Amino acid sequence: MNTDDDLTSALARAFAETPDHLRQLHNRLVAAAQTDGILDVAYRTVDSPVGPLLLAATELGLVRVAYASENHEAVLQALSDRISPRILNAPARLDSAARALDEYFAGRRHGFDLPIDWRLSTGFRSVVLHRLTEIEYGRTASYGTVAHLAGSPKAARAVGTACATNPLPVVVPCHRVVRADGGIGEYLGGIEAKRILLALEAAA
Amino acid sequence: MTGKPTFEAIVARHGATVLRVCRAVVGAVDADDAWSETFLSAMRAYPDLPADANVEAWLVTIAHRKAIDITRGTGRRAIPVAEPNQAPIAAGAGRSGLDLDDELAGALAALPDKQRQAVAYHYVAGLPYAAVAATLGGSTDAARRAAADGIATLRRTYPGAASRKGNRR
Repeated sequence: MNTDDDLTSALARAFAETPDHLRQLHNRLVAAAQTDGILDVAYRTVDSPVGPLLLAATELGLVRVAYASENHEAVLQALSDRISPRILNAPARLDSAARALDEYFAGRRHGFDLPIDWRLSTGFRSVVLHRLTEIEYGRTASYGTVAHLAGSPKAARAVGTACATNPLPVVVPCHRVVRADGGIGEYLGGIEAKRILLALEAAA
Repeated sequence: MTGKPTFEAIVARHGATVLRVCRAVVGAVDADDAWSETFLSAMRAYPDLPADANVEAWLVTIAHRKAIDITRGTGRRAIPVAEPNQAPIAAGAGRSGLDLDDELAGALAALPDKQRQAVAYHYVAGLPYAAVAATLGGSTDAARRAAADGIATLRRTYPGAASRKGNRR
């Protein structure tokens, strides 16, 4: 292509659109995809005291909460690979989750009653995560106690793995699992985030 | 692990180009509908698209079909010139570029369908002639000829090209 040519270069530049216009078309696509039932995963990010959180939901419910340290782009790619590539930035489906998290971080909410899609955790890890929801707000439990609750008293290490791979941190409270000696233990969002969450719950 | 990009990434990467192609082929009035139908239809089929497919050519092919549907739906194509603020969502009106775009849209609209499409897919979207041919049907040579014929006509009918040529220092 001759780039010095006025006409062909005009064609190559022609019909430019504004980001605003594309955003409106994007919104229109989100609405149509939702209506047609082909929006397999919707996501948005929310700001929080523990940094920006990525929230993702299928039609069944919240499927993923991710810390920035997990790399949101990589998390979205993993959702594309494991669930479906039909993923759009579509905040509306996550409105109630975002609101619930806001209330939680403001100290006004002590539990989450959101629809959850558990498909990203299977086997023993899934058993552990379900048990975690029984640890009350403001309380903590040791890895060993959770192993016991999950029916495998010797599986404290596996409980640690289940917590480290929790697809729904904050909402499924793996931050309430600490070491038996009182140490804070590990956290997938970083020790500092765990400290913030435990302090928040202790203060309420 | 397929590593297939999220559809959000596809829209971000190709949304602008597809919109420009739609504007070139069906005019600004119908471009938004063509874009929306193209991406909705693409999203429906996306899980089955081979991971190594040329996504842009695939999208342009879908846009091509949607544009034909729209053109048929409106009977004889409405001439997308002459209405100054025809863009349903007025975008940066008042820019001098818009006037040139309007002139170009008018000149494009007057071309026969094949020529207009070949020009849009090659010169606006930047697809190679082989991909243009795959979209239009027919040979690569035929696609090249259609584009060349279209460009030859535009050189006579697009005032912007002529006037700026005259102003050249």
